[in-house]
Amino acid sequence: MTRPILEVDALERRFDVSAPWLNRVLERKPRRTLRAVDGVDFDIMPGQTLALVGESGCGKSTIAKLVTGLHAPSGGKIRFNGDPEKMQMIFQDPFASLNPRWRVGRIVAEPLRTLHPETPDAQVTARVEELLRTVGLSGADAAKFPHEFSGGQRQRISIARALAGEPEFLVCDEPTSALDVSVQAQVLNLMKKLQREMGLTYLFISHDLSVVRHMADVIAVMYLGRIVEIQPTGDLFANPLHPYTRMLLDTIPDLESPKRDRAPMGGEVPSPVSPPSGCSFHPRCPLAFDRCKRERPQREVHVHDRRVACFAAAEDRQESAHV
Amino acid sequence: MTDTVLDVRNLRVEFPTRRGVLTAVDDISLTIGKGEILGVVGESGAGKSMTGMAILGLLEPPGRIASGEIRLSGDRIDTLTEHQMQSVRGRRIGAIFQDPLTSLNPLFKVGDQLVETIRLHSTLTRTQARTRALDLMREVGIPAVEERIDNYPHQFSGGMRQRIVIALALCAEPELIIADEPTTALDVSIQAQITALLKRLCRDRGTAVMLVTHDMGVIAETADRVAVMYAGRLAELGNVEDVVRRPQHPYTAGLMGSIPSLRKDMHELQMIPGSMPRLGAIPSGCAFNPRCPQAGPKCRRDIPRSDGPGAACWLALTGETA
Repeated sequence: MTRPILEVDALERRFDVSAPWLNRVLERKPRRTLRAVDGVDFDIMPGQTLALVGESGCGKSTIAKLVTGLHAPSGGKIRFNGDPEKMQMIFQDPFASLNPRWRVGRIVAEPLRTLHPETPDAQVTARVEELLRTVGLSGADAAKFPHEFSGGQRQRISIARALAGEPEFLVCDEPTSALDVSVQAQVLNLMKKLQREMGLTYLFISHDLSVVRHMADVIAVMYLGRIVEIQPTGDLFANPLHPYTRMLLDTIPDLESPKRDRAPMGGEVPSPVSPPSGCSFHPRCPLAFDRCKRERPQREVHVHDRRVACFAAAEDRQESAHV
Repeated sequence: MTDTVLDVRNLRVEFPTRRGVLTAVDDISLTIGKGEILGVVGESGAGKSMTGMAILGLLEPPGRIASGEIRLSGDRIDTLTEHQMQSVRGRRIGAIFQDPLTSLNPLFKVGDQLVETIRLHSTLTRTQARTRALDLMREVGIPAVEERIDNYPHQFSGGMRQRIVIALALCAEPELIIADEPTTALDVSIQAQITALLKRLCRDRGTAVMLVTHDMGVIAETADRVAVMYAGRLAELGNVEDVVRRPQHPYTAGLMGSIPSLRKDMHELQMIPGSMPRLGAIPSGCAFNPRCPQAGPKCRRDIPRSDGPGAACWLALTGETA
């Protein structure tokens, strides 16, 4: 049996968001902790794409930073069964993630020079040109500065830079959210092609379920720092198990069958500093009952094979039965 | 037609620069009727926001309306002075922008901002205006209004702030609301709430709405008609269903194909090669011709124009591109 390339177990990350010490003393305010990631586990198999999807503040980007080592976990384990040098990251904003004072050639060569400082200059130049062509730019673009490129082209440069280290594993944090749809399509197609050709594994973070459906093999839906549901993509769309997933699927505008007269679900994501007791989704959940307010549901083997953390799903309660 | 609230004819917006005059909006004509939502969709730089700004009289100098007419319920507004325009904005045209934080003054309670805006446009007393502010806040769906009215903007979530901005836009019961990417900064579940609110207000009050967005999904669920813009020009105008299901312009068709589907498995997304031209480098003829799979010699020579609904495309207009 193949081993997962990434194993994440009971991962936690807390941030101290307390007021400054003096204010705490004078105004008698307690310390406050934000649990950005609160007991998350998942595995990714080599060559696959796992997507983390959820609304802002659900902790998906924090996981990207934990996996790449930009944050240290407060608890739990991350095991990467590969060469740590073979992990790279693509960020959301192609305007902020490229040094505006460096030429594209230097930007793309940076991982190469850091990981293999002994590489002769001529070889680096040749490799950079090859990488630029791989992502659909021309070798001559190496001499230009980032500001000479459009958003989509810049994201291609980010991808070329990530590929320079010959990675096995790419963490992509909202790689197309800042792009127009026609440009997004170009970048998504490129990422799929590269995955096919190079056998890359992606941890793909997005708030957009239609993008995720197109890219991912497995989707993990997050809500307030926890995975509420994790399923292979086809199963998630055919049979969403968690009420929050159903709500998300219900609210996305759908081009093919616009829900022009739907009644949108009320409520908003609560503050992660003071999450609701029990299941943090219970105040918005149409299926919530007493137990949901008291206890926190876990993903369990006997409930849909650890695919969902929900008491209602465990008891197979239906929305239609609920008045 | 008496029910036409906004009538834009042959609008052209230019920006004189050192390197020549850039045309940001090129010969746009559109109308919005009472109680109608017109979606204006396009990618960044297509000129959709610029069209909205021109109607509001808020073009940043040196941008200017070079030609064309803008009429609001029959009255010409593009020729008004800045002073006259100030009383049209707010009173007759409301505006909702993408980022609710920049539309609200962080130093004043939301209630005070509502009361001030209401009193500016009416003869109500302070107490009456406050009652009206409470009504408006209730109408846009803010819970516990009696407590919330004395909160500051930062005490509201993004979705609630956008509701306040909508309430502000409604203060003077305007005939027209220009909403520029009103849901782009919001999460999907909140986005659905805000578009539903806009639709309800439009239906109940008969307000005309111009909904500017890059998101075709939002348009499909909200708008009655849609105008697709490309490189400052109108590529296609029509009923939402027609444009979404049977796009006539190759650009609209490409745009639709590039959106990942929620229902179908697609091996590859359809791609439009290249990118939209910069304003200074718009090709001759149809602006889309270098990226168009069906372009012919005529497309490279003459600019296609469509009066009224349909696509500004030689193939759609005449059936040939020779």
